[in-house]
Amino acid sequence: MSRLLRICLVLCALVLCACGSPWNNPYPASRGGENVLYTSFSERPKHLDPVQSYVENEYALIANIYTPPLQYHYLKRPYEPIPLAAVEVPRPAYFDALGQPLPEDAAGEQVAYSVYEVRIRPGLRYQPHPAFARDGAGALRYTNLSEADLEGIRSPADFPHSGTREVEAADFVYQIKRLAHPRLHSPIAGLMNEYIAGLAEYGKQIADMARTVPPERWLDLNRHEISGVQVVDRHTYRIRIRGKYPQFVYWLAMPFFSPVPVEVDRFYAQPGMAARNLTLDWFPVGSGPYMLTVNNPNRQMVLARNPNWPGEPYPDAGEPQDAAAGLLRDAGKPMPFVDRVVFSLEKEQIPYWNKFLQGYYDASGISSDNFDQVIQVSGTGDAQLSEAMREQGISLQTSVAVSTMYIGFNMLGPVVGGDSERARKLRRAISIAVDQEDFISIFMNGRGIAMQGPIPPGIFGNREGEAGINTHVYDWVDGAPRRRSIEEAKRLLAEAGYAGGIDRETGKPLIIYFDSTLTGVGAKARADWLVKQFQRIDLQLVMRTSDFNRFQEKLRKGAAQLFYLGWNADYPDPENFFFLLYGPQGKARFNGENAANYASAEYDSLFERMREMDNGPERQAVIDRMLEILHRDAPWAGGFHPKDFALAHQWVSNRKPNKLANNTLKYQRVDPALRERLRREWNQPVLWPLGLGLLVLAAAIAPAVRTWRRRERAAAVASVEGR
Amino acid sequence: MPFKPVILWTDALIFLLVAAIAALAWTVRRDEHLRAPWAKVARSRSGMCALVVLTAFVVTGLLDSLHYRPRLEGTGGAVNYGAEVRSAFDALADGLRTRTERTYSAPLATHAFSRESIERAHGTQAREYPRLRHGGAHLEDPHGERWPDVGRKTLAGAGLALALWTVLAMLLAALLAMRHREGIDGALSDLVHGCTEVPWRAMLLTAGALLAVAGPVWVLAGSYHVLGTDKVGQDILYQTLKSIRTGLVIGTLTTLVMLPFAVILGLMAGYFRGWIDDLVQYVYTTLSSIPGVLLIASAVLLTQVWMDNRPELFETVSERADVRLLFLCLILGITGWTGLCRLLRGEALKLREADYVQAARAFGVRDARILTRHLLPNVMHIVLIAAVMDFSGLVLAEAVLSYIGVGVDPSMISFGTMINNARLELAREPMVWWSLAAAFLFMFVLVLAANLFSDAVRDAFDPRMRSSWALPAALRPAQRLRAGSA
Amino acid sequence: MLAYIVRRILYAVPILVGVNLITFALFFFVNTPDDIARMQLGQRRVTPEAIEKWKAERGYDRPMLFNPEARGVQKLTDTLFFRKSVSLFWFDFGRAEDGRSISHEIRLRMGPSLAIALPMFLVGLGCYVTFALGLAFFRGTSLDFTGVVLCVAAMSISGLFYIIGGQYLVSKLWNLVPISGYGDGVQAWRFVILPALIGVVGGIGASTRLYRTIFLEEMSKDYVRTARAKGLSERRVLFGHVLRNGMIPILTGVVVAIPALFIGSLVLESFFGIPGLGSYTIDAINAQDFAIVRAMVFLGAVLYIVGLLLTDISYTLADPRIRME
Repeated sequence: MSRLLRICLVLCALVLCACGSPWNNPYPASRGGENVLYTSFSERPKHLDPVQSYVENEYALIANIYTPPLQYHYLKRPYEPIPLAAVEVPRPAYFDALGQPLPEDAAGEQVAYSVYEVRIRPGLRYQPHPAFARDGAGALRYTNLSEADLEGIRSPADFPHSGTREVEAADFVYQIKRLAHPRLHSPIAGLMNEYIAGLAEYGKQIADMARTVPPERWLDLNRHEISGVQVVDRHTYRIRIRGKYPQFVYWLAMPFFSPVPVEVDRFYAQPGMAARNLTLDWFPVGSGPYMLTVNNPNRQMVLARNPNWPGEPYPDAGEPQDAAAGLLRDAGKPMPFVDRVVFSLEKEQIPYWNKFLQGYYDASGISSDNFDQVIQVSGTGDAQLSEAMREQGISLQTSVAVSTMYIGFNMLGPVVGGDSERARKLRRAISIAVDQEDFISIFMNGRGIAMQGPIPPGIFGNREGEAGINTHVYDWVDGAPRRRSIEEAKRLLAEAGYAGGIDRETGKPLIIYFDSTLTGVGAKARADWLVKQFQRIDLQLVMRTSDFNRFQEKLRKGAAQLFYLGWNADYPDPENFFFLLYGPQGKARFNGENAANYASAEYDSLFERMREMDNGPERQAVIDRMLEILHRDAPWAGGFHPKDFALAHQWVSNRKPNKLANNTLKYQRVDPALRERLRREWNQPVLWPLGLGLLVLAAAIAPAVRTWRRRERAAAVASVEGR
Repeated sequence: MPFKPVILWTDALIFLLVAAIAALAWTVRRDEHLRAPWAKVARSRSGMCALVVLTAFVVTGLLDSLHYRPRLEGTGGAVNYGAEVRSAFDALADGLRTRTERTYSAPLATHAFSRESIERAHGTQAREYPRLRHGGAHLEDPHGERWPDVGRKTLAGAGLALALWTVLAMLLAALLAMRHREGIDGALSDLVHGCTEVPWRAMLLTAGALLAVAGPVWVLAGSYHVLGTDKVGQDILYQTLKSIRTGLVIGTLTTLVMLPFAVILGLMAGYFRGWIDDLVQYVYTTLSSIPGVLLIASAVLLTQVWMDNRPELFETVSERADVRLLFLCLILGITGWTGLCRLLRGEALKLREADYVQAARAFGVRDARILTRHLLPNVMHIVLIAAVMDFSGLVLAEAVLSYIGVGVDPSMISFGTMINNARLELAREPMVWWSLAAAFLFMFVLVLAANLFSDAVRDAFDPRMRSSWALPAALRPAQRLRAGSA
Repeated sequence: MLAYIVRRILYAVPILVGVNLITFALFFFVNTPDDIARMQLGQRRVTPEAIEKWKAERGYDRPMLFNPEARGVQKLTDTLFFRKSVSLFWFDFGRAEDGRSISHEIRLRMGPSLAIALPMFLVGLGCYVTFALGLAFFRGTSLDFTGVVLCVAAMSISGLFYIIGGQYLVSKLWNLVPISGYGDGVQAWRFVILPALIGVVGGIGASTRLYRTIFLEEMSKDYVRTARAKGLSERRVLFGHVLRNGMIPILTGVVVAIPALFIGSLVLESFFGIPGLGSYTIDAINAQDFAIVRAMVFLGAVLYIVGLLLTDISYTLADPRIRME
């Protein structure tokens, strides 16, 4: 009896504690009503130093911390750079070889160099940080620390004092110098050496200097200057670019060009800092709306409001439908709206999705496997939320990512490569046979657009409708592109000398090799699908899977035959996609990004022209010609541009997918009270299984107890009788 | 020839193993002393029922190990063979292999599991559940006709199974009658009453249960996907049946490849002692002190790199996957080798002090002869027990390794890859449960049968570790109690 | 005793060197220093110069095992192997390839690993021994039979199913505990309870069966019969004699696993998002971070050797007749 009572008491206690907060709440219950945005990260970031970081998941953090001169407009499309730390978007001034100014529409070959003068807004201040702390005499407090001073210090927040200062033009210049830092490995150093005048020479000077300084010691980058980069005054600096490079403006919107104060670099270079993980790579120091306060990449990263942020008004214009969508309700109000942003580590898909449904993440993408639960496609073909989701108050937003996933042919390969008519026909046949629409519908659940050319929609040069289709693969039927028939592919194959999949010359079946890194969940399904596609034109496909390193090596050596790759845009310009097929970017020959090793003299010269042109009909004409060449030569067997479907709960507002801006946290707003209420409503614990479990246990114990009692009695009787 | 036989590495080893087992059976039959424990195994009811189930699995696995490359049609004069390697099992289950749908469908379904955009006649789009290409394609009105049709087919299958089973029972009775030189009536009555020495009745019932499942499935599989289809529309039943071979290969070949190491080194260490003992002990302590998963993971990655660098060695995908499977067996064998080796070393230490070994040494018999003639036969029971006991553990280990991504080649169908692919499906709504359930069911039955059989073998060969319901009646507490009170 | 322990520790040194050599060989056969550099530098716009620079900075430009260019003893010491391995022996694990201190990380992650492994171990041991003793007590009855059948059935289910099923039912359908993640301090129990429970349930079949045979063997020994003959109640026989004596092989058997508890469970941790050493290792393998893999293998080997030593010591403690040689 007493046991039963005890169980009841425990149950009551459990129920009582359930009223406080849902049992499955992964966050501390006390944090319920705070103005916090909950989101996730799937991989621990490797670098948070803006000079090294070049990956989306790292940008998701540091883009909200650092302030490069420019940013992308949150609402407007096509993507448009607008000032962030700068006062306005700089316009280049062109000069010829003699230093004479040229008009704005000067042709590329005349321009010897272009000058960008960046004026930054006054009053921008860094987040509080010990590197800025000054003592009574006005000198920096923490400059000559010894190992002993760092006793017990694990993060910059452990220092008792901190300070701040205004962002100056010199900080931007300092960061450009850091691009050439011999001990930091900036991924864009090689590229920028070609464009920024004097950067390569500066890099050599600094590398020479670095040889005399022991590693992990302070390397004073200000001992030398870059000839092409100057501080004009406290709030202005100037960059001189070789030739004409209109895409440079876009680079100014990336964290590579954020301000980094020399004090901070100096602070972290003190002995003992690096051994304690105290580096700029782990504890960023920025001047943006947020600062990193908790850095535990094993579990949680937290961004909190930077108290020194002067505020920025929410945009007051956008696309026509934005006002109706409620995206302009906060127009003009100072950002950011959310006090803290909690990023939790979530490596697996299933927990991530379930936590979103339970209300513990405020927003989520959709993986293909959850698609049916979420989306219904209406009569007109538009995606809509399913009944259940709408009841939960979840909203859906769709956007086409500015990226391209493609199947490439290695043009150096003996069978599929080369400029012969035979190879071209074989490639075209394969392009028709590999049904991207089917792939998108099975593996992406329709969240993608089959590619017509390298340029994704939303970027200049992409043409909608009939004018944009790849006529070698598609027909225009009833107002939509339709993939050409398998018969036609077979015919092409026969013309190429492989009728029925048999090589006419050798009499043997043609075997095509597909190199991939397909491992993990769903890999087999994809491989099977590909084999099936090739079977349709009687070709035998052999998958050569290998780990990522080996795959990269094959690409570098030009040893692959067919392969899958993708490219995310750095900036919204066709150049950033066409360069993937530019001859001098050839991967095997020049270690560039052209993994197909495609090289066509006409295409290359057109590319060089297109690169320097401003958007307009003239540029479009060049692009059309380039696309025509690509369609004819078919160096890629098609591909697709993925579509992103983003979901958000009803308590989140001001969300609009923006594939280029990463500093989107400041725009978002949450209603914590509503969230608290709904979370409780959705997560009522189901208690009957617990009761059932206890019952089963009791049912198992009861016969045991009975037998035990009987046996004890029998033994007692036996021993009495035995006596 | 309409096909070209292909002998993969694992096939060769499997048939080597089968030959070895046959040879072993031959020697055991002729030796009274060796036969005794096996006769005991044959009397164990659970062990023999498990053996029936295992036999079904093994037959599937063996059929799936006869590989060939089909001849390509329409290639004119030249004879060409396809790049795809198939097996005798594939030929038998050709319908299962080729009747693929576009994507998911539930068990016995007639319509796809998820809605698809379908273009209606007047150009509008609708989202609905399309009919399957093969599943229930013969039905005119799937909604009304499906269940009656399934019922009919199940009954037909059950009838087929019953007929087969009767034939089987009759054959067995005839065989028994011949053996015991009695009338077939007597043999039948013995069977029915279960008073044969070998538990034939239980075995027949198990076979009957297997047939009762297999019969209807066989008939249904002709026009439905009995266990549904996966993401790319492949039949789940086909995949689970294909997984059996992978499981069996891992479970048996691993032991096969590790045995020589463990036996030779273990015996030598225990017999010679001295520096050999030190060396062997050093090797196995070093190997076993590396955390197993890490060792396996890095070794698997290593072999993969080795294979990537030599693509010319593998003509087909299957050959590649097969070599990877073989390597996985080798690696698992190398890591699992240490336990048995330690056990054998201990046993050899004991045995070398035994009188007959000492005597042989005194007579100057060569060491090699003592090892093979005196030590080896006396540790064989340990080896045998280890081999059967390891089997189920290895089948389970494959699943975990494939889950972490260091198991079999992703293109190879195995329980591990099935589970790995299926775990995301659980998050779908409505849930796609059938591939996980199918993998679970088949794996459970296989491992359960293996466990029961290995118990029977262990009980027979190692009387010290017997389990309790085989305890002699005198030791049973209930009887003792009664005796006490009397 | 002390001399014995010291000798055993000295024996450990060549074993650890061997372990290091094996890991080193396995890892560098798979990953050339170039691969590691590329992995760390990212995939976009990486130049060969950057890779050379990265390798030189971290000492990856030295020869692997033997340096023919160096002089004297430096032929062996000025190599990648020597540089990267020797410091392990004083537990200086150095930095991971991404620059973070490995020792610091191990200290941080030990807690979560132990938070799962320790309850799993203790509760598991308690449960298994209780069940086994119960089955042994009811030996020969239908209760025992059912129990053993259930054990064999439980053994035949892959651990993955326990994990997948447990997470689905308890966290998703019943909302009883968070699906994954980890909390600080007292908060941790809510995240730990489900994986620990699944760990216990997963081991129930094999262990209960094993312990049951141990108890049964103990019960068939002479002293138990003598005790019964003396007229001791079944309860006294069971708890006073069988349990006490049966625990000796059980405990000496599990001692070897105790130090390994620190390493955590690879699969459980990665499934439930527990930031322990197990998931650290898996991540390191995936990220091809040799420094971490090497450190974890070394740590695992050390703990295993400590476990072996503890086992030997516990044998002598349990049975004074066994002498340390």
